[in-house]
Amino acid sequence: MRGKDSGGREAVRPVTGLIPNWDEETIEEMLGEMGVGSVEELFRDVPELALLRESPDIGEGGDEVSVEAEAEKILGRNLGAWNLKCFMGGGSWDHYVPALVDEVSGKQEFYTAYTPYQPEISQGSLQALFEYQSLICELTGMEAANSSLYDWSTALGEAARMALRVTRRRVLVVPRSAHPERLEVLRTYVGPHAEIREINFDRSRGTVPLDRIEEAVDEDTAMVYLEYPNFFGVAEEPVEGAADAVHRAGGLMVVGVDPSALGVLRAPGEMGADIVVGEGQPLGLYMSYGGPYLGIFATRAEPRLIRQLPGRVIGMTRTADGRRGYVMTLQTREQHIRQERATSNITTNEALMAIRAAVYLALLGPSGMRTLGEKILANSHYLQRRISEIPGLSAPRFDSFHFKEFLVSAESVDWRAAVRRLVERGILIGPWVGRWFPELGDSVLIATTERHSKADLDALVAALGEVK
Amino acid sequence: MEGEFRQARWAAGRDILEPTLFELSHGDGYYRFRVEPELLEELGVDSPEELVPENLMRRDLRLPSLAAPEVARHFSRLAEMNYGVDSGSYWLGSCTMKYNPKLHERLAALPQVTRLHPYQPEETVQGALQIMFELAEMLAKLTGLPHYTLQPAAGAHGEFTGALMIRAYHEDRGESQRDEMLIPVSAHGSNFASAAMAGFKVVKIPSDERGRVDMAALREAVGERTAGMMLTNPNTLGLFETEILDIADLVHGAGGLIYYDGANLNAILGRVLLSDMGVDVAHLNLHKTFSAPHGSGGPGAGAVGVVDGLKDFLPVPLVRRGENGYYLDYSVPKTIGRVRAFYGNFGVVVKAWAYLKRLGSEGVRAVSGAAVLNANYVLSKVRRLRGVSIQYGAEDPCKHEFVISLKTLRRETGVRALDIAKRLLDLGVHPPTMYFPLIVEEALMIEPTESDSKRELDRYVAALERALREAYEDPDILKTAPRSTAVGRLDEVLAARKPILSWRMYERLQEQA
Repeated sequence: MRGKDSGGREAVRPVTGLIPNWDEETIEEMLGEMGVGSVEELFRDVPELALLRESPDIGEGGDEVSVEAEAEKILGRNLGAWNLKCFMGGGSWDHYVPALVDEVSGKQEFYTAYTPYQPEISQGSLQALFEYQSLICELTGMEAANSSLYDWSTALGEAARMALRVTRRRVLVVPRSAHPERLEVLRTYVGPHAEIREINFDRSRGTVPLDRIEEAVDEDTAMVYLEYPNFFGVAEEPVEGAADAVHRAGGLMVVGVDPSALGVLRAPGEMGADIVVGEGQPLGLYMSYGGPYLGIFATRAEPRLIRQLPGRVIGMTRTADGRRGYVMTLQTREQHIRQERATSNITTNEALMAIRAAVYLALLGPSGMRTLGEKILANSHYLQRRISEIPGLSAPRFDSFHFKEFLVSAESVDWRAAVRRLVERGILIGPWVGRWFPELGDSVLIATTERHSKADLDALVAALGEVK
Repeated sequence: MEGEFRQARWAAGRDILEPTLFELSHGDGYYRFRVEPELLEELGVDSPEELVPENLMRRDLRLPSLAAPEVARHFSRLAEMNYGVDSGSYWLGSCTMKYNPKLHERLAALPQVTRLHPYQPEETVQGALQIMFELAEMLAKLTGLPHYTLQPAAGAHGEFTGALMIRAYHEDRGESQRDEMLIPVSAHGSNFASAAMAGFKVVKIPSDERGRVDMAALREAVGERTAGMMLTNPNTLGLFETEILDIADLVHGAGGLIYYDGANLNAILGRVLLSDMGVDVAHLNLHKTFSAPHGSGGPGAGAVGVVDGLKDFLPVPLVRRGENGYYLDYSVPKTIGRVRAFYGNFGVVVKAWAYLKRLGSEGVRAVSGAAVLNANYVLSKVRRLRGVSIQYGAEDPCKHEFVISLKTLRRETGVRALDIAKRLLDLGVHPPTMYFPLIVEEALMIEPTESDSKRELDRYVAALERALREAYEDPDILKTAPRSTAVGRLDEVLAARKPILSWRMYERLQEQA
């Protein structure tokens, strides 16, 4: 407040239309009924030393019109996938979001609700989240799933912590072909108490050879992790072999997935995965400059695994009179009950993003997911072929099967500059992977999605030919 | 309390409200993306399948098959069996269920927000970086903590981030023996879990008879192994920690740091700087205090702010302003690393930015003023009701929330806090948080927020009054409540004993039966 009125009280003005009782008359009436002299009196227990006389200056408030105008002005400085063709990859992709997904997640009953603590009045979100869990299980070939974690990277962090708990071991075997930021988050999550054994990828195939995994696995191994497809867009083929090796040694197989591939690629559950993590962003979520996203987390139904799940889990149950219903369950794993012995600290998750993914998967169904994968495959393979025809460029850099993204390499191109020159031609590619992999300084990541037509792909090829 | 509330109750069958997608499934798929035939011709294949190596090809995909109208109706029916802030009062203590301004939803849905790739060149995302920078700047002014990261995705994620920074700080000073985190018993459960995840041993500090940190116990607990103390103020009883300055002195004197859990910031917004309370590191819940919606559980965003002495430990990258505009700075010398990929929940950050732009300096103070006024108004009515007692801090004003005990009611009628909560559902309002904090018997934790009008406050009090009266007159109504919701009470014990966590698990159980 700027100053006080004659009665020694804060001057009150209805400031925003958001606070219904904030006018002199209502405040007087309420204070009168309470027998309290002023609003300040309600803060009398705050030590004088800490109490501000005036609000810190964050500028003057605006009405809806002016705030919208200011936001549009600032955000108008961005360029992005609405006015450029986006061929970027690396953990976030410009997939198509069906309009129905926006429609459902825009329903106030879903987006303004809290975590369903009162199940009787929250059957809608509970069933939607149960269906999300069920759809994720079908897609990944697993049996149990939680109702979301923050993103793929934190889901990996939680999977590693879970593997350490379940096996009571301390070694994590991870591939260098995984997303570098995910491995950074993994390190943050497990701290100094676990040993991380990083296995290098084969320089010509871009995938981790099975014999290197077998060598790294021993009786201290808590988990082996592989991405499917990995950071370079290559489906790591040794998943089954790695699963055999780690199972023989008594550890867990953790597979990270891009779910947009699972309409055409085998489910990790069929290949021996014990835990599947992944990024739900392709399932009806926007890129949104990196978030909010959706951490997928699914396991086999063994009690030793599901009792150690991190995060909220929805279960089906019954009412006293036999009706089907849904509740949050296995809560004794969780922080509000188990405190420092909880399986995770997670509370707020990405529930609305999980509901979006449920709508997406329900809408697409088997034919949608299959044709999604097929269209991406056709686009990606066409693009690989056409780019490789450009003199001086090589695509894909690795001699392996790629799904939707791949590395393009060129000895004479400064990709950081080329990426910017392409922006001028209305095209986004990247990231340049030399920032994480010094030996791949000549390579940039290019991804395609179902949004791209042949004309878009041809435009990219033409532009690449010009800027290289 | 007049009138009657009835939630939608779809009933596909006697025992089923709305069938699952799997039960609604028919046919073998309706939605299709079209692969351009020219592409296949160019590739020399008849079908894209031929591009997949035999050993990686998917054979079987058991997703349900529905047409678009069926999917739309299914989720509409589910939505009708849910309750949001726009449905009515939602006084869930500790959750700050305030109104979510619709302008913010519109802004966050703009393509200039949604269709930005996180690895775009910085010069193409100046607007996004500016929003992040300005939000951090406004949060810094409101809290007195000068440096912020917006990377954490939620409050508990922020706690983990802060706890890791405290650990890194001590290790950097060669004091890695500081492995104890002090946490009041009344704290949010996530505080204990976050501290443990960051590798700390948790030391619980009891409450005194006034519901505040027991200073004698704290004096006893601090020492050479103290890394810090995590607390929220006002605390989970809705009471201001009046000894906060002494608490901070004690912990600082022993070489520890103060972590502030921002869950209850709504009470003191624009009225108290965290830095003036001796706070070294804090998380703020952008989805509670700063109006972003809760989304049935998420997404949220947990901004973490720190004092100068901790800035070198912040996660990377940080958004900075340079001569040529805004940029992402990865050169934080002693960073704890990343706590998630990319930069945080940008879509939520936009909403918090818009909220503060809307409120301005004057508005933030109106928020805390109205939140505290509303809570005290309700408290003044509710404390007089039969069966209600105030276990802690009965002489003090509450802040944005307060906790009542129904132990008297339980003793006199056998009706529990749970039964009252379920009856409130019938009366058309969302019940308060139950059985928290743990130090209050038969607790109901009530947080009206600044969003409810006086009429709604009176209406909620009337509902509570009616439920309490019924407990004395006709307790069966409460024990069989709710009846106006889509379903009655659910068997949570069965759910935990025989977990059915997916349709697959359900089908397997059916086969076995």
